Amino acid sequence: MFATIISKAVEQGIPLLFGSTGEILTEKSGNLNLGIPGIMYMGGSAGIIGAYLYERAVQVPHPALCILIPLFASLAGSALLALIYSFLTITLRANQNVTGLALTTFGVGFGDFFGGSLTKIFGDGGNLSVKTSSDYFKTPLPFADDLGALGKMLFSYGFLAYLAVIIALAAAFFLKRTRAGLHLRAVGENPATADAAGINVTKYKYLATCIGGAIAGLGGLYFIMDYTGGSWTNGGFGDRGWLAIALVIFALWKPNVGILGSFIFGGLYIAYSYISGLSRSSIAIFNMLPYLVTILVLVLTSVRRKKETQPPESLGLAYFREER
Amino acid sequence: MGEASAIELKNITKAFGNKFANKDVCLTVNKGEILSVLGENGSGKTTLMNMISGIYYPDSGQIFIDGEEAVIRSPKDAYKYKIGMIHQHFKLVDVFSAAENIILGLEDEGKFDLKSARAKVSEIGERYGFAIDPDKKVYEMSVSEKQTVEIIRVLYRGADILILDEPTAVLTPQETQKLFDILRHMRDDGKAIIIITHKLHEVLSLSDRVSVLRKGEYVGTVNTVETTENQLTEMMVGKKTELNIHRDLPVNTAPRLVVEDISCINREGATVLRDISFTANSGEILGIAGIAGSGQRELLESIAGLQKLTEGRIVYNDPKSGEQEDLRDKTPVEIRDMGVRLSFVPEDRLGMGLVGNMDIVDNMMLRSYRRGKSMFVRRKEPKDLAEDIIHRLKVVTPDASTPVRRLSGGNIQKILVGREIASSPKVLMAAYPVRGLDINASYTIYNLLNEQKKNGVAVIYVGEDLDVLLELCDRIMVLSGGSVSGIVDARTATKEQIGLLMTKSREVKNGEAK
Repeated sequence: MFATIISKAVEQGIPLLFGSTGEILTEKSGNLNLGIPGIMYMGGSAGIIGAYLYERAVQVPHPALCILIPLFASLAGSALLALIYSFLTITLRANQNVTGLALTTFGVGFGDFFGGSLTKIFGDGGNLSVKTSSDYFKTPLPFADDLGALGKMLFSYGFLAYLAVIIALAAAFFLKRTRAGLHLRAVGENPATADAAGINVTKYKYLATCIGGAIAGLGGLYFIMDYTGGSWTNGGFGDRGWLAIALVIFALWKPNVGILGSFIFGGLYIAYSYISGLSRSSIAIFNMLPYLVTILVLVLTSVRRKKETQPPESLGLAYFREER
Repeated sequence: MGEASAIELKNITKAFGNKFANKDVCLTVNKGEILSVLGENGSGKTTLMNMISGIYYPDSGQIFIDGEEAVIRSPKDAYKYKIGMIHQHFKLVDVFSAAENIILGLEDEGKFDLKSARAKVSEIGERYGFAIDPDKKVYEMSVSEKQTVEIIRVLYRGADILILDEPTAVLTPQETQKLFDILRHMRDDGKAIIIITHKLHEVLSLSDRVSVLRKGEYVGTVNTVETTENQLTEMMVGKKTELNIHRDLPVNTAPRLVVEDISCINREGATVLRDISFTANSGEILGIAGIAGSGQRELLESIAGLQKLTEGRIVYNDPKSGEQEDLRDKTPVEIRDMGVRLSFVPEDRLGMGLVGNMDIVDNMMLRSYRRGKSMFVRRKEPKDLAEDIIHRLKVVTPDASTPVRRLSGGNIQKILVGREIASSPKVLMAAYPVRGLDINASYTIYNLLNEQKKNGVAVIYVGEDLDVLLELCDRIMVLSGGSVSGIVDARTATKEQIGLLMTKSREVKNGEAK
């Protein structure tokens, strides 16, 4: 029972972890990318489209390609959206919030349109489903079954789940311990200072936003290929994109804290299914819990006003060197 | 210019839109020399230096470093030519430590090694005589410590040409002296130093030569030993200017505002005012001096009804009725309704004083809108007032319906002060009213304050330039860390005396924090 709850919470948490790690990298460059829900949606839909086209094109799908094609389709799709965001906000200095919200709308619309109609476009009919590829994504570590409950808790997930944790740890190390990480943080805190110190602000912002977007997109891919078993439902991704952004605040812009946070959020997200006799409306109240916790964290950090737990100082602001 | 020139500018021109910030500026700095660049606000000093340090790129003209033409397109290029700039508004990341700020942007060393950085920082500190804790976070530092970090940063990168943009604007006289000693030390070490300032006495005491800019154009360069304050002012302003502030002895003084033991805690929970007591007399200018952020702003806001006090009383003596009113915890509207005639020229002109996007007439109305009886706006009176202020204070504006934001700093300030004076106040509080103004505009403001003093108004003037405070005010109250560290007679006090008061009890406070 306990092992089941843990593994369910982790499964729920992985998409959020990808999303928040990506958004933390983005926000550390000073870009508040509210397009993350759309980008994650795009990452999922691009991945499943890639898998579908591949499965359709060949008789016997090759296992490696079954993983690589959706993976690269997903990375490319979400990085492309992040690139559009970067171009608009960094080069053209458009308002970040408006741009982000527009991208969210676009990403969700794109996913729902192609996810819902791709099979009809090709005349196959039926729902969009890529069971074969999905099975490869879901393959757990080989020794998971031999270790009982412990194995279930630790080793029963598809490879993307481990990738999420590895990326989060790597991002934490990158931000804290490397020179490039220091530069990135400086760009997000005070771009004028970074610029005067000889750091290429534009380059850091573009790279952080695009790489961050690609990482976030993997959250969508995990959701489609692993969590739902490779079948598309319009709107199935729900509010997970926004939860990922909430998780950034909860984790105080630290990717390693985000790992723990994502599992807590995941647990809160499914808590209702372990409490018997809940009506539909009280389930909604439980779904609200992660946001409630986020608000609590916001209140606590705002009251304490510790400099280290505040968002990057120039978050949401465009930078222009010759501004007077 | 000989082989010793470290940097030479030839015919540098830069325009923003159709406005020239610099036009055909020529400048030479030699090795082992301190050059002052003097000019009023808006004369293009900072723009010029930003072009040397790679923030801006000149539209035309050439820069020569060590006799060879240099193209400086970015701050990185500037570092390559060993140029380091210490900006007026410090370019430091608040949440980083001193060492992290110092190594920021360096790529060549490969490994991210804070340890060796720390060692090098202490070595530079010992060499030029300053001490800094490399692990201290910038947001915990005093202004002068931040400046030290900036200076170490450029030295760390091996800069041979140092540019300092108004480095003394935020320092106490003692800190300024210390900085000057360090700069002289660096000069003797063979560095070329450019210092931007508009304080004449600093120019005369520190630099070897002075270059003057006026309205973006290069006026000339003189040797410091051969020049006088008056000559420099004339070069700066373009005409002879009387530099003395007229000061009458106060007449018929009577206590107008009596502040008794007030304390105030701000929203973050820090005590910003501690047991402050003083009396502001009518017909007198009371100056308030102190390091920025010592409680000046909160003190004025408390009197104006914008801060909640935890202790104390603010008593206003009504000159007509002779009654006493307590202003504590009253809102500005309540204070006005009590018949207290209080005017406040806040430090943040366009934030608290005026609405930038509204025109002059509308801004006049902001002060008097409650006087209207009908639900429609009457623009006649405020329009007359606006025209009157424009005429009397010589505000340069196309007309009264120009948005305030489009005027220059000096003209904005004239409108704000003009409006506040127009309500014939009994108490006039002005926070940094000449900040960012040129010499002529500053003297206009001083004259206005003096006029009010003559009319029997109790004037409270918060200033940062100690020379001006000593010339303009009758008494000077010095704030330090939210407490009064002394009230002195401005006619007999010295700058050093005030400087000492400004930093008094600061050590005690630091001790508490630890």
